[in-house]
Amino acid sequence: MTAGYEAVIGLEVHAQLLTRSKLFCGCSTAFGAPANENVCPVCLGMPGVLPVLNRRAVELAVRVGLAAHCEIAQHSIFARKSYFYPDLPKGYQISQYELPVCRGGFIDLPADGGEAPQRVRLVRIHLEEDAGKNIHGAEASLVDFNRSGVPLLEIVSEPDIRSAPAAVSYLQELRALLLYLDASDVRMEEGSFRCDVNVSVRRAGSETLGVKAEIKNLNSFRFVEKAIGYEIARQIGELEAGRRVSQETMLFDPEREVTRPMRSKELAHDYRYFPEPDLPPLEIPGPLLEEIRVAMPELPAERRARYVTEGLSGYEAAVLTRDRGLADYYEATASGLRNRKSAANWVMTEVLRVVNETGRSLAKAVPSPAETGRLLAMVEGGTVSLNGAKNAFQAMCRTQQGAEATVAELGLTQVSDDAKIAEACDRVLAAEAQRVAEYRGGRDKLFGFFVGQVMKAMGGRANPRLVNEVLKRKLGEGA
Amino acid sequence: MGGSSRITRDQVRHVAALARLSFTAEEEKRLELELSAILSYVEKLNELDTASIEPTAQVGEAGTPFRDDQVTNQPDPEAMLANAPAREGRFFRVPRIIE
Repeated sequence: MTAGYEAVIGLEVHAQLLTRSKLFCGCSTAFGAPANENVCPVCLGMPGVLPVLNRRAVELAVRVGLAAHCEIAQHSIFARKSYFYPDLPKGYQISQYELPVCRGGFIDLPADGGEAPQRVRLVRIHLEEDAGKNIHGAEASLVDFNRSGVPLLEIVSEPDIRSAPAAVSYLQELRALLLYLDASDVRMEEGSFRCDVNVSVRRAGSETLGVKAEIKNLNSFRFVEKAIGYEIARQIGELEAGRRVSQETMLFDPEREVTRPMRSKELAHDYRYFPEPDLPPLEIPGPLLEEIRVAMPELPAERRARYVTEGLSGYEAAVLTRDRGLADYYEATASGLRNRKSAANWVMTEVLRVVNETGRSLAKAVPSPAETGRLLAMVEGGTVSLNGAKNAFQAMCRTQQGAEATVAELGLTQVSDDAKIAEACDRVLAAEAQRVAEYRGGRDKLFGFFVGQVMKAMGGRANPRLVNEVLKRKLGEGA
Repeated sequence: MGGSSRITRDQVRHVAALARLSFTAEEEKRLELELSAILSYVEKLNELDTASIEPTAQVGEAGTPFRDDQVTNQPDPEAMLANAPAREGRFFRVPRIIE
């Protein structure tokens, strides 16, 4: 960023809640159904229908609120947000305005180095329904209402974020939180996690906020980072040129990686909120709140802290817990092993490599954690070398075969038979009498050469620890 | 205040724009009068002293009626599209939207 300026960023995230049915009716929320498959008079906004609130959606909203340290409102209300658009069949969206279900709270971003975690405060978290989907054609627009009425959680941060990478870090933490809570599947490509960004810039040290621009509907972390970076530079450019930043709604163009004002900005933002008369106030009685609190799973921050007490580094703990599936995989892999750290290393390098290279999900890309655990147990027991295990793992990912069978089939079983190793050492030392004499004369560096020769003689399958031991003993004997 | 409530021509146009409706000058004039009359009528409520009364949007009983998270609707897209003013295949068809 240009020296002398500071960016001020706040994020509004819309996350689809992981429910089977919609927020106010019994239609399915399944993604990818044929157009207008999962619609009914309620989510089509037919006259005379009444919404009935989905209990699970409320429970998930409270879960997220508790995890984000929010104050949970025992009494909140729904409101109508009125605007005219073809994907909004009632002419209003049922949302929350004055009294949202969760207020305040914060999300701590994990610190990369040793510094204190950065805290991003939240303004509110509220429940609302999604709109339908428009497909724009040349002569007409077509509307699919499958998404209409799907439950969304809107999570609004305070403008506590100061850079594009910090915004991404916040989104990653939020994503992890939602996944840990089973509150959302956070599939950005399917639109179940979308983000609006408010960006302004001001002179460093200034306490007053600059004029902000809002960038709508970003659906990948990369776009968020690019859009914010571009917008900060654009606004500083305006100020440096002596112009003013105008309050605008922008769209990000991923092709050209620039933001541009929405053409429809003449559209007045006059939502005429008022309390939804069709829904009674949302009461969350103490016992229900307690029930939800008791059922809370372990959260990423808690898991990170536990991993560190179990001997992992802060960095390892952060990488593993970013994704609950990965953390679960690591724990299941490590469960039967003496050395949790080697399991952590394995998951962070070998497992993540395969996942990244294949682009497939964890479950599809790599063997089950039980099988990976068995392979690592063989490394611990000396049955296979670390390098041998890496080869075996690659093969297991392709063939779905078990660890033992793969190691045996590829001939990777490590020889830990003392007698065989001793025999090979004797042969090598006999053949290299000259070097043995030099070694005993003080050329310590030759030790590695002998190890290499023995490994070669045994086709690379000897247990290197035993080879070292036996060679040390034998070379020492004649000294 | 009773009877004095006035809706301006600009307010009529603003509300019409929000609802994507367009009116002739004649109609705007009529709506200005009619909306003003409606507001004046409702304004009678302002004669009541509500200083000590909580704002009330609901008079139902206490407690929130919830549904369980179950899919109870069977898909019937034909029936749902039957009332559409215009359709195209399985879609509702509307005038072209720009952005």
